[in-house]
Amino acid sequence: MTTTTAPHASHVAPAPRAGVRRPSLLRLTAVELRKLADTRAGLWLLIIIGLTTAVIVTLQLGYAEDAEQTFVNFFVPSLLPVGVLLPVLGILSITAEWSQRTALVTYALVPRRERVVGAKLAAVVVATLASVVISLAVAAAGTLVAGVTGGAGRWELGGALLLHSLVFQLVNVLMGVGFGLLLLNTPLAIVTYLLLPTVWSIVGGLVPALQRAAGWLDTGRTMEPLLSDSMTGEQWGRLGVSLLLWVVVPLALGLVRTLRREVA
Amino acid sequence: MISVENLSKRYGRHQAVDDVSFRCEPGTVTGFLGPNGAGKSTTLRMICGLTPPTTGRATAAGRPYRDLENPGREIGVLLDASAQHAGRTGREALGVAAHTMGLGRREVAARLELVGLDSAAAKRRVRAYSLGMRQRLGLALALLGDPRVLILDEPANGLDPEGIFWMRGLLRDFADRGGTVLLSSHLLREVEAVADRLVVIGGGRVVAQGDKTELLAGNGTLVRARDAEALRHALETAGLAARDTADGLLVPAETGTVGQAAADAGVALTELRPAGGGLEQLFLTLTAESTKEAGK
Repeated sequence: MTTTTAPHASHVAPAPRAGVRRPSLLRLTAVELRKLADTRAGLWLLIIIGLTTAVIVTLQLGYAEDAEQTFVNFFVPSLLPVGVLLPVLGILSITAEWSQRTALVTYALVPRRERVVGAKLAAVVVATLASVVISLAVAAAGTLVAGVTGGAGRWELGGALLLHSLVFQLVNVLMGVGFGLLLLNTPLAIVTYLLLPTVWSIVGGLVPALQRAAGWLDTGRTMEPLLSDSMTGEQWGRLGVSLLLWVVVPLALGLVRTLRREVA
Repeated sequence: MISVENLSKRYGRHQAVDDVSFRCEPGTVTGFLGPNGAGKSTTLRMICGLTPPTTGRATAAGRPYRDLENPGREIGVLLDASAQHAGRTGREALGVAAHTMGLGRREVAARLELVGLDSAAAKRRVRAYSLGMRQRLGLALALLGDPRVLILDEPANGLDPEGIFWMRGLLRDFADRGGTVLLSSHLLREVEAVADRLVVIGGGRVVAQGDKTELLAGNGTLVRARDAEALRHALETAGLAARDTADGLLVPAETGTVGQAAADAGVALTELRPAGGGLEQLFLTLTAESTKEAGK
């Protein structure tokens, strides 16, 4: 913390105040992380994400066959509900600024809006990494319990699968943020994020002419191999192309929109 | 210091702000006056880099707002007290801003105390705040970074009379210590009590600006006596022209001169006061016009 004494003398062109520095991206990211959890809505979303992971593992302990009670089998299913909820957190982080009108304060304090957007992206990436760590921890707890109660309790987890899981969650959350940035409206962004890929899957499946394109553009299909432990070069290629459409384009257009939009 | 040069904003065919220029100097409170919809808020948002101007430019603390490294430490801004996350506590709303600016908890506590939000109020969520409490929180936020410039949009809205009195003292003190204050209002009386200078805007254009006393005075003295004929004669003798109005005789001279003329002639006055300035009339006309527009 810096303390400054205000030069109160009047002069024609005041020099920038001594000791006043631009807040670093690290600081802005810390602020955005704080904002994810300091409202009731955000806090409950985080709690629900944690609880969901625990509930999934508990259900498996109760109902899955003993031989299937392994670390991998606890870990992978716990990613799915989190993969739906985290993007909602990402969307809220962007759109709440507009629906709650805090953009007026946020962008008055940091007029370089791209820095705020960058910090928000960094904050949700950190939250995503944390969620994967929690999934791992809960899966580990499940495996320990399974070992005691007669489940398989096997500990193998391929490095490739771990990497794929991280990519899977990051893609989900960044897609959410992209829709949030592009639409700047909470319900619209959430509904679009949840519906559009599904609609696209249905249309892609029904219309023969689109089936080839769907193999490259339907994230439901291109992301599926991420939950296994091996992916071919072509599968990565398809994933990359679909992400260009569903993540990179919304993020880029959304950034432009956010920079230009009038804050009122 | 704030400098606004030929600022204009056009929305489609609507010219919201039209070639507005003015300056706010350190040590002064500038009242930015105009009826609702005159373009006050749009101008303030343009100064703060939140609305891109169509043409023209504005600088605050010597530079365009968007070029300031850490604006909260130089310029305190309160544009809308309702623009706070309803689910955040008052203390947390300040905490987030302090965190961004690189300030600590001590500053947050000090500003909460300054604006009269006690710890019970600070712990409550903004959703439960009255408009007056939100204004106080917004002022705390504006003052948080110990700025040299304050830009406030209708800060008296929702404050009770005691709160308005308190805020006037706060702004006066801020300016007396060398700060620059730009304060908007749609009520002439509200800024009259605290402003040194006035900028009056109507239909997006500056219609009057200058020293408050000059703008408000100007139009002579109103005088009345029980014996109107004797008064008229006394003024004539003193070489003062007088005109009949519904409020008494209007004399284009200082109150002192008129009073002396009456005293010299031994006429007892029932009333002697500065005539309402041209500004008041102008402002009433502007307000009436905007009401008419709104009624269309």
